Amino acid sequence: MSAPPRLALAGIVKRYPGVLANDRVSLEVAPGEIHGLIGENGAGKSTLVKIIYGAVIPDEGEVRWEGRSVRIQTPSQARRLGINLVFQHFMLFDTLTVAENVALSLGSSADRGRIARDVSLFGERYGLPLDPLRPVHTLSVGERQRVEIIRCLLQRPRLLIMDEPTSVLTPQAVERLFGTLRQLAAEGVSILYISHKLEEVRTLCSRVTVLRGGRVSGVCDPREASVADLSRMMIGAELPAAASHAKLAGEPLLVVRDLSVPARSHTGVSLHGVNLQVRAGEILGIAGVSGNGQNELLSLVAGEDRRASAGSVFVGGDDVSSIGVAGRRTRGLAFVPEERLGRGAVPEMGLGLNTLLTHDERSNPGLVRHGLISTSGVTELAERILRQFGVRAAGPRATARSLSGGNLQKFIIGRELSKAPRVLVVAQPTWGVDVGAASQIRREIAKLASEGAAVLVVSEELDELLELCDTLQVMAGGSLSEPMPARNANVERIGVMMGSNPVQASNAAA
Amino acid sequence: MEQLAPLIAATLAAGTPLLLAAMGLLINERAGVLNLGAEGIMLMAAVAGFAGGYHSGSMLAGLAMAALVGAITALVFGVLAVGLATNQYATGLAVALGGAGLSAFFGLPYVGKSVPFNTTFEVPWLADLPFVGVAFFKLHPLVYFALLLTAATAWFLARTHAGLVLRAVGESPESAYAIGFPVRTIRLAAVAWGGACCGLAGAYLSLVYTPLWVEGMVAGRGWIALALTTFATWRPWRIVLGAYLFGSVTMVQFALQSEGVDIASQLLAMLPYLATIVVLALISRNPAFIRINMPASLGKTFHP
Repeated sequence: MSAPPRLALAGIVKRYPGVLANDRVSLEVAPGEIHGLIGENGAGKSTLVKIIYGAVIPDEGEVRWEGRSVRIQTPSQARRLGINLVFQHFMLFDTLTVAENVALSLGSSADRGRIARDVSLFGERYGLPLDPLRPVHTLSVGERQRVEIIRCLLQRPRLLIMDEPTSVLTPQAVERLFGTLRQLAAEGVSILYISHKLEEVRTLCSRVTVLRGGRVSGVCDPREASVADLSRMMIGAELPAAASHAKLAGEPLLVVRDLSVPARSHTGVSLHGVNLQVRAGEILGIAGVSGNGQNELLSLVAGEDRRASAGSVFVGGDDVSSIGVAGRRTRGLAFVPEERLGRGAVPEMGLGLNTLLTHDERSNPGLVRHGLISTSGVTELAERILRQFGVRAAGPRATARSLSGGNLQKFIIGRELSKAPRVLVVAQPTWGVDVGAASQIRREIAKLASEGAAVLVVSEELDELLELCDTLQVMAGGSLSEPMPARNANVERIGVMMGSNPVQASNAAA
Repeated sequence: MEQLAPLIAATLAAGTPLLLAAMGLLINERAGVLNLGAEGIMLMAAVAGFAGGYHSGSMLAGLAMAALVGAITALVFGVLAVGLATNQYATGLAVALGGAGLSAFFGLPYVGKSVPFNTTFEVPWLADLPFVGVAFFKLHPLVYFALLLTAATAWFLARTHAGLVLRAVGESPESAYAIGFPVRTIRLAAVAWGGACCGLAGAYLSLVYTPLWVEGMVAGRGWIALALTTFATWRPWRIVLGAYLFGSVTMVQFALQSEGVDIASQLLAMLPYLATIVVLALISRNPAFIRINMPASLGKTFHP
């Protein structure tokens, strides 16, 4: 116990107007330790990370780095100390190559041939294979994260901060990432691992600091604590109950019949004879790794892509194959896309106006009168959604952009559910959403199904689909498997099916 | 054949101001800043260059003056659009209109004056070669300088670390800022450089091409230079091609008229713009191509 902790925070306070983001937070990370930092959205994790990384200056408190008191004023000062951050939203340059992206963070002295060699070398050593000459926009999400990590590793970090690194990764990629992190820790690098996924923290970290409402609510060894213990510290309550709903299985409300559509561009996926059917009161889940045709299928079902041939998409018994988004909406279809900002909501507009994206004169006569927006009607609806779904926002005038991911998702789902749709299509319903909000969203979806709606859920998280759905189908390479009951689904077999039909093979066949 | 050599020389001379200005604007735009004020900057620099040359009696002094005034005028745009984060399009248009008016005002005393410079040059020995001598080696040094500038720009963007940083800023200012680059300083420097190049182009017009000052004498070349960067999909050597192509249009017009072909000169003057629209329509058909070539943050305001 002679060596001082690599990083020690004591009594950190950061106030923002109206919010105490960090309230006397203390945290210690030992050399070579993988330390977890967990908490709900808005618990103060990001503020704390920004303070460590020099992007935010704390109002009070002390930061000690390897025993010395320091004031970290800028990110570049943090990097000079040996603190590196892998951003949750990657800070990469799409049109530049991997080596060029790495070169940008290394300063002007580094020569590019050496950087390319180092990228390959480090990639091999830490299980992060990358072609240094490939442009970043051709890489998968997992590969992009490798670029971020290698960029940090080449700066010889002594503390590596990982901000929600697995929210975009497949289960296999998560395993590989954990291997890399353990290897780094064994070599003496300290890792601060930020997450809200309790299972991950329990497999990876040797110590965890839990934040709730800006304060430390506990420090423990997560391997000895149960998920219930951790969640109690994190959300101050028992783990929310799993969503369940009574299965009704009425008449089919959403039917896709033998849908084959060629890919739009060379990066897209062609669909091959996709069949699915969702009955009233049923929840159908589509499992699979992103990029296997899910986006293409969703656009065709929602009506954004209108190339479906006649007789292939039915909503409530009507053939809607050649009908646009608005026409499908009037037939009772609601769609929650994966991208919340820009597709699900207009970032710069207030929440009130954002309700008008999918509500109109016909569905809700109180919102628009004679073509003029009724401010009071719009505000009232937005307020109702905020209240009913517990969305944390400054009010109906707050812009969509100002909401955290989880809160915006609750708002968008609330907006769609407030129309009492007959068919709900939702993509990645809880992507990047914390435990409490995620379980609330799942419960609301289940409730809608018990009320007799047909629900189609596309998700990468198999656990979520198993909890929520009656029936599962697996998407791989633009094809959809036969439906199987979710109740006693064989997880291993589903995993094999996800990887069974690689995109390349199906493209070659097409 | 004998008529072709002077025609080539005239094309190169006509393309040079476009090339100089577009090469500067390319640096601007690769940093993510669209400066629609190019026309006004060129006019301001044209009158400043003429005045500098007229009073000092030195062409070099005139050119230096023009580059300086070009950079300063561009910085007016830069301080507003980059420093104060005003809308780039509106600010650029204001500079274009303001520059046209101001240059006419400052130019009043110089209308009808002339500068005593020798505008004929010869590259020793090479100029005496048959045909190529007349076509390529009896041109003003600025014509060759423009080509050197192209080579330097291409090298800077592709090979140097500073060039990489510039491209990174244009691609994603948010990412560049997050990893610690002073985005606004870099953008301001790019804007000043673009202004200096536009300034040289303006002075080339008032000191070399038609050595006198006439109100509005840039005659839309600033707009063509802006169109050229898009036409060339932001690649330096394609700008050379475009500049000479557009420069040749004027010459073709004269050649056709002397051959007795009857085409309205207005239709021919339209060609560069038409060509740009065609190219834009063609490259827009392929979103991936634009994504790879166009600086992703072009024209977008950056708030740190």
